[in-house]
This record gives sequence, structure tokens and C-alpha cells, in this order.
Amino acid sequence: MDNAIASSNLGIENAANFRRLWPVCALLLLLALVPVISTLIGAPFLIRVFTRVITFAIAAVALNLVVGFGGLISMLHAGLFGIGAYVVGILAQHDFNNELLFHFLPGTSDLAIALPAAFIITMLASAIFGIISLRTSGAYFIMITLAFNQMLYYFFVSLQKYGGDDGLQVLSATTIAGFDSTSRIPFYYICLAILTFTLLFVSRLVESRFGLVLRASSQNERRVIAIGISPLRYKLVAFMISGAIAGLAGGLWTNGQQFVSPADMSWIRSGDFVLMAVLGGTSFVAGPVVGAAAFLLIEFTFALWTTYWQLPFGLLIVFVVVALKHGLVGAGRDALAKLRWKQHG
Amino acid sequence: MTVALFVEQLMNGVQFGVTLFLMSAGLTLVFGIMNMINLTHGTIYMAGAFVAATVAHATGSFLLGLVSGVSGAALLGLGLEAVILRRFYARSHLDQVLVTFGLILVFSDLFRMIWGPVALSMPMPQALSGFVAIFPGVDYPVYRLVILLAGLAVAVALYFLVSHSRAGMWVRAGSSDRQTAQALGVNVRLLFGGVFAVGSAFAGLAGVMAAPLTAVQIGMGDPVLILALVVTVVGGVGSIRGAFLAALMIGIIDTFGRVLLPAALGSMLIFILMAVILALRPRGLFVVHG
Amino acid sequence: MIIEKTATRNWLVGSLIAALTSLGAHAQSQSPIKIGFVSTLSGPSGVLGQEVSDGFKLALKKSNGLLGGRVVQVTYGDDKGAPDVGRQLVDKMVESDGVQIVTGFVFSNVLLAVSKPILDSGAFIISPVAGPSQLAGKQCHPHFFSVAWQNDTITESIAVEMAKQKVPNTYFMAPNYPGGRDQLAGLKRYYKGDITEVFTSFGQLDYSAEIAALRAKNPASVLFFYPGGMGINFVKQFAQAGLQSKIPLYTSANTIDQTALPAIGDAALGLSSSALWSEGFDNAASKEFTAEFEKEYKRVPSGFAATAYDAARILDATLTSIHGNIEDKKAFRTAMESAKFESVRGRFKFNSNHFPIQNFYLTKVEKNAKGEVVAAVKGLIDEDHTDAYVGECKMAAE
Repeated sequence: MDNAIASSNLGIENAANFRRLWPVCALLLLLALVPVISTLIGAPFLIRVFTRVITFAIAAVALNLVVGFGGLISMLHAGLFGIGAYVVGILAQHDFNNELLFHFLPGTSDLAIALPAAFIITMLASAIFGIISLRTSGAYFIMITLAFNQMLYYFFVSLQKYGGDDGLQVLSATTIAGFDSTSRIPFYYICLAILTFTLLFVSRLVESRFGLVLRASSQNERRVIAIGISPLRYKLVAFMISGAIAGLAGGLWTNGQQFVSPADMSWIRSGDFVLMAVLGGTSFVAGPVVGAAAFLLIEFTFALWTTYWQLPFGLLIVFVVVALKHGLVGAGRDALAKLRWKQHG
Repeated sequence: MTVALFVEQLMNGVQFGVTLFLMSAGLTLVFGIMNMINLTHGTIYMAGAFVAATVAHATGSFLLGLVSGVSGAALLGLGLEAVILRRFYARSHLDQVLVTFGLILVFSDLFRMIWGPVALSMPMPQALSGFVAIFPGVDYPVYRLVILLAGLAVAVALYFLVSHSRAGMWVRAGSSDRQTAQALGVNVRLLFGGVFAVGSAFAGLAGVMAAPLTAVQIGMGDPVLILALVVTVVGGVGSIRGAFLAALMIGIIDTFGRVLLPAALGSMLIFILMAVILALRPRGLFVVHG
Repeated sequence: MIIEKTATRNWLVGSLIAALTSLGAHAQSQSPIKIGFVSTLSGPSGVLGQEVSDGFKLALKKSNGLLGGRVVQVTYGDDKGAPDVGRQLVDKMVESDGVQIVTGFVFSNVLLAVSKPILDSGAFIISPVAGPSQLAGKQCHPHFFSVAWQNDTITESIAVEMAKQKVPNTYFMAPNYPGGRDQLAGLKRYYKGDITEVFTSFGQLDYSAEIAALRAKNPASVLFFYPGGMGINFVKQFAQAGLQSKIPLYTSANTIDQTALPAIGDAALGLSSSALWSEGFDNAASKEFTAEFEKEYKRVPSGFAATAYDAARILDATLTSIHGNIEDKKAFRTAMESAKFESVRGRFKFNSNHFPIQNFYLTKVEKNAKGEVVAAVKGLIDEDHTDAYVGECKMAAE
């Protein structure tokens, strides 16, 4: 009897899960088909356009862990993205020039080493920035993260050895464990795989006890403290994970562009990441993927039509913020629910 | 550094600080009192400068330019508030940041369509281009003294407006409990619109005053916006006194830092300062809201 | 003799039409030359992209939309000053649109982000402004041509003049980024006097502290490299501090030009600069260019517009010499290297690294007869100036 109830409950649970998850799966499937469709219609440059979308989506999903689920609006993520990007770029440059970094570390063009390095170094940086920033909250947190972002930006602008404002070209042939990683289609699927793992990891995290505490802290910190949990530790860990993934995305970016410059880590970029998360819907783990795609594709399309692209783009942002309180995914979900309600009476 | 140079740099630091306050007064008013982060502050600053430059060029009068710049900025602020921003008083800071960010893009292109991409000319008003010996060996530009006085006047006016006037009391009441204030007969809608217009007028004034000294071009408001946010937050959101002291402190430290420290640090100095202060006092120098 | 016979007249008209159509058909039988134009058209630096685009378009208009007698199809794109946006545009233009030439670049960071992909695809890059040292030296490439200047030469040229004038010392100011430091290196190559180096923050608004320190030091001259809005800020504030008539002010070429002078106004009077072109030049090509530009766009052109105009003109000359056959890349490259065209600069030829060897002139800002503030040419500084990176260039044969 219990087994029957349990299995039927499981059935209901599976159905609910399916209803929740099929949009994300469909989205990932669509993205997986991009190289196929692009090649068929003879527009292979679209693969690169979508590689950019996916790379930014990874960073935006990571950001949303702290924005949507932690209630922390971070303007530092472009800077963290940049740290990861420069780690890969600097290691590649040292490999190309055959010189030692800090007089003892050899450079490398192997992403199997450079990407984890980017991940770890950005995680450490996030920890340091996080410990200081998380002493503040609300608007102050936005501003202190903005300040740190600007510090990073100006630091890299003045870094003569690594190109500074002119940027750092990747002149060596980057590989990943022996395979050529600049090859367009394989690299696209690597990025897509990393996006998928990120989505899985973040959604697991958000549903876990850790995520529960994090979400509770973002809504009512006093209550969390009252039951004896220190929210700061949870926020810090979330910030570190979020930053590390953003840094990983940065490393992918450098490989994809074969170039990195401080323009990739300006405060405007940080704002763009936040915008992507909101555009998609901050209460959904996969929201930022939709947001990143919408943002970048619309920006690209508008710019092709007119040099006054900022006007329609700005109006679109205003419209989304005014009208769509839960982003595009929320609007889509509401529309579907209305449709289902109409069908079922 | 000689004594004369020290005094001159101190003057420069104070003047820069007061200019920072002038630039942030409007933002502090709206952010601090009505709890709205308004990123279009930089755009309104730019509008003041552009209108003033256009009118001054057409009429040859700086004064006319000043008046039209300030009123143009106030009108723009009033319009923005009435059409869009009044829906956002109750919404989260994130939503306010994003909608005003979108508006920055819209106006950036609108300005470019109207005025073109080239920088405008705004000559120094003849009457104010002389020098005054404020200290033996230090001839200080009259115009910068005027900016200094304008900033001080705005600080005093703002302080009285917020803390010691009935209107200020109504505004603070309306922002902490809108319904009760309305029940007590306060026309919150009109009041908020008025405050927004005053804040915009301050931003426009800052733009007009800066125009003879800087480049009047698209995007001139962006660095100003960041500095204004820094000043407001370091001072403590809601505290006019805090914003003024923060502005002075930042102005003086930045000025001396730029000439004494190596270049790489100089550009980051304001941000390092902000990070240090917020790390030590997470709610700014003067905490206002409970 | 009046042709009265209808038949004869019809025959004559018919032949004329046939002849004209076959000429037109010859031009159309080749598909159009595809050019990608990537520049910074929006944002605070959008004025520069506007200049480049206007200069280029004017030259195209002059040759009726043809280059080398062949129809040209230009795709314009705005890189917004961001390297990755430029890269995205270039990817589309090179792969999807199949452009054979990419031009328009104003900023070095955008150019560096896209140079390798474009050159690897076999297309040509003709830079009308950006001239980073990497592309002049170690990364020089047979398909890359700059018709403008190598970045450092704008300060090298004024340094030559300052050395000539035996200026005893100078106070050098620039933003703290590699571009600023490159200009200092350029200064040191040709000027051997005492240099005080001051680097300021990128995008800084207020220079009163630096100007006060400068005044205390009392140098014999000030040389600054502040492009864009920074330059407008600095010159205005320098004058406003009372130093305009006290300390000679120098700047590098194309730094304070017609995009900035109207905004600065009288505060710029007396500013000395080097220039590779000026609207006051009296060679035929320049006079024609300046007159037509003013007529078309109602403003005086800047050096950026001039080099962009030259870019289109040199393409026209090169393509004409190979009968429009850009598909023969070797021929195109060789023809470009030795192109003979009437540059608005008078003399123009390429160095072995595909950067120009050109003259630099001294200009001083003064008021012209109409009361406008302009940079008037005062004389020649350096003839056939070459850049410092040509020795590092080991150009591969094709």
C-alpha cells in the first residue's frame, strides 16, 4: 500500500519535474542544434555568435546564484570574468614567448591546465573581495562591488606587460589535453557542456540545504540568525562559487576570442550580466541563459540595422523592467499557464 | 612641495570636493530621501550642459545659458519622473538600476540625434575668467571660486530643505510611510515630483558649471554618475552632511594622491578609498536610516 | 551635317546604345568588390568613426561607387569601441558576406582583436587610422596596409620639432595606459632634453592638481598626449589656469584636431602640434577634398577623414592598375606596395612594413580670416619620417 502511494507520488513528482524541466531541456537541445543549422544555412559565423552567447550565459547563471538566490546584486562579475580570462591569456603568452611567469612558473596553452587555474584563482579573488564586500548590504554592496570592479579594470588597463588597454592577443595554438581547442564546432560543444554542468550544479545547489539557507538569508536575514545559522558564511561560499564559475567562463572567452582586453571587464559589462539575469528571470536557474541569448542577439540585430541602436535597445530594457516582473521566462511561464488554464477550463 | 603649492593643492582638493558634492547633490536627494537609485542623474547633468552650451552659443550670454540649462534639466527630470520613474518608488533597487540604465541608453542616442557626435563649445564667461590672490604666491581662478561658492550654497540649501523645512519633513514622511502621510493630507505625488525636479535642477546646475572647464560631449555624465554614487554611498545614504564630508574628503585625498602617488594607484585611489571606508563602516560615514 | 535619314540615325543610335551597354556590361560582368567597414560609430568616440566613414564615403562618391572601375559593396558595422563586438562583425563580414577588404578601424585594441582572423582568411586590411606597433613590427603581414600612421610617430614628429627648436626641457603628460607610454617612448627617440613624466588617470575630468604641480615646476614647455574628451578638458583647464601665454604647449599629431578645436575655442590658441595633413594644404587633391567635404558635410574635415579618403583613393588607384582584379591577391598586394595616387598629403609611399613614409609639418593654432580657430601650417618638420618598428618586421613572401 505504502509502495503504491510512494510510487504514485513519485509519478506525480516526476510529472511535476518534467513540466518544470522540459523548457530547459528544449533550450539546451536547440543550442546543441545551432552548429548543425548554421552549417546547413551556410552561416558558420553564427556558431561563434552563439559561443559568445553561451560563454556569457555561464557567467550570468553564476551571477544569478548570488543575485536571484542570494539577494546580492554584484557589480563585480565582469571583473571576476576578466580575472579568469586574463589567467588563460597570460599563461598562453608566457608559453608563446617561452618565458617564466614570476620567474618560476612555465606558461601553458593547454586549457586542461589553464581553465582550472582560472577557476581556482578567480575563486580566491572572489573570497578576498567577498569577505570585504559582504560586510555591507543593499545599495552599499552594489557600490563596493562596483568599486572593486573599477580597481580591477584600471589595474589591467595600466598593465603594460600584458597589453593594457590594447588587449592581449593569444598567439599560441591553444589546446585542451592535446586536441585543438580553437576548432570552432568542438569548442562550441565544450562550452555547451560546461553550461549544462553549470546549470545542473547550480540547480542542485539551490535545491540543497545550502541553497535553502541562502535563499532564506536573502529574504529575511534576522530569522536565519535567530535559528543559529550565520548567513555570512553561506553568502561568502555562494559568492566564491559564483565568482569561480564566472572566471571559468572568462577563460573560455579568451580561448574563443583568442583575445582579451580590459573592455571585457568594464562596469558596463557587469551591468550587462545583471541585465541578462533579470531579462531572463532571476528566480529561474536557467533564466539567465534565455536572458543572455535575448540580450546579445537583440543587441547584434539592432546594431546591424542602425548606428542609433541604443535607442530601441534602451526602450526594450525599460519595457522589460516595467512590464515583465519575472523576466522573459516568467512571462513565458505565465503565458503557458494561462493557455493551460484556458484549455482545462 | 612649498607652502604656496600646498595651499594651492589644498584649494584644488576642496574645490574638487565641493564640485563632487555639487554633482552628487541631486542624486543624494533622490536616493537618500526617496530611496530611489537614479542612474539618469548623469544624463540630466549632461542635459544641463548641452542646453546651456546651445543657448549660450546662440545668445552669447552665459547667464541665459545657465538659467536655461538648469530649467531644462529640471524639466527633463520632471518629465522622466511623471512618465516612468514614479512607478518605481516601491520597487527594488535592482529594478530602479535597470530601468534608469535603459533610459541612459535611450537619451544617449537621442542627444546624438539632436546634437550630433561632436563636442560642443562653451567658452568661459568673460567676467569670471580672472584670478584672485587667495594666498601670497597663489593666484586662484575666479571661476573655480564661483563653483566652490555655488557648491556651498547648494549644500546649505539642501541641508535646510531636508532637515529643517516642512517640505523636507513631508518628503521624509512620505518616503517612510506613504499611506499615512497621504492620510494626513500630504500630497505625496506632487511632493515627490517636486523633489525630483529640484534634484534634477541641481544636477543640471553642476553640468552647466562644469561646461566651461570640460568637454561637453555625449557620455560626459558617465564618470560623473560613478563619482556621485561613490560620494553618496561613502557619506551614508540619506545624509546630506555625510555626502558633503565624504565629497570633501575624497576631493582632497584624490587631489593629493594624484600628485604624490605613482600613476597606477592614482587612478584607483577613489575606489580604494571607498572600499576601505565601506569595509570599516559598512553603511557609510553617517548612518541615517535605521 | 544633319542626319536626316531615319535609318542611318536609327543605326547610329542603336550602335551607341549597344556600345554603352557593352561597356556597362563589362563593369557588371565582374561581381562587386566587397568591403567591410568596421569603425567606432557610437559612444563618446563616435565622432572619430563618423569622420572616417564620411571621408571614405566622399571618396567613393567621387568615383561613382566604383573602385578600379568595378562596383563596390560596402557593409558598415559599429564596433562600439569594444574588441569583441568588432570581432563578431568581422566574423560575419568575412565568412558570411565574403568581404575581400576590411577597413575603418579607429582603435588599436579592436584592430588587434580582429587582425589575425581577417589575415588568416586571406582578406586584406587597410587601416585608415589605427596603427599599433605590433602590426608595424613583429606581426607585420603582406595583407595588412596602414594608410594612416604608426601610433608612435605622432609624438616622434613633434619631438623632432622640439629638438630642432632646442627646447631645453619638457613636461610630458599622458594617460596611464600603454598608448600613453608608447608616446613617451616615441618622444625619447627624438628628443634628448630633460623630460618630467606625469601619467594621469584614463578619462580623468579635472587636471587642476596636475596643472598646479606643473606650474610649480615651471618647465620650458609642456607636451601632452590626451586624445578625445581628455584633450578638451586639459587644454581648457590649462588656459583657464592662466598658463596659455606663459608656457609653450605642444601636442602630438591628430590629438587636438577639428573634432576638438571648435569645442575648445580660444583656449587652444598658440598650441603647437605636428600634422601629417592640414585643411590648409594647397596641393590639388587636398584642396578638392577639403572643398567637397565642407560642401557635403558642412564642417571642416579632420586628419581622420583625410586618411580615410586616401584609403579609398589608394584602393581605387591600385585596383585600376590591376583592372579591378582583386581576386589576384599577389597582384593586388604588389600593386598596393607601389601604388601611385594623388594623396591629400602630397607625397606618400609605403615602407617595407606597409606603413607610410610621409612628411610631418608644424602647425600652430590661430584664428583664421573668418574668426574660426584652426591649426595653421607653419612649415615642414620632418621629411619622409619612418616608424621605429620597421626593423622588427620580417615580412613573409606570399
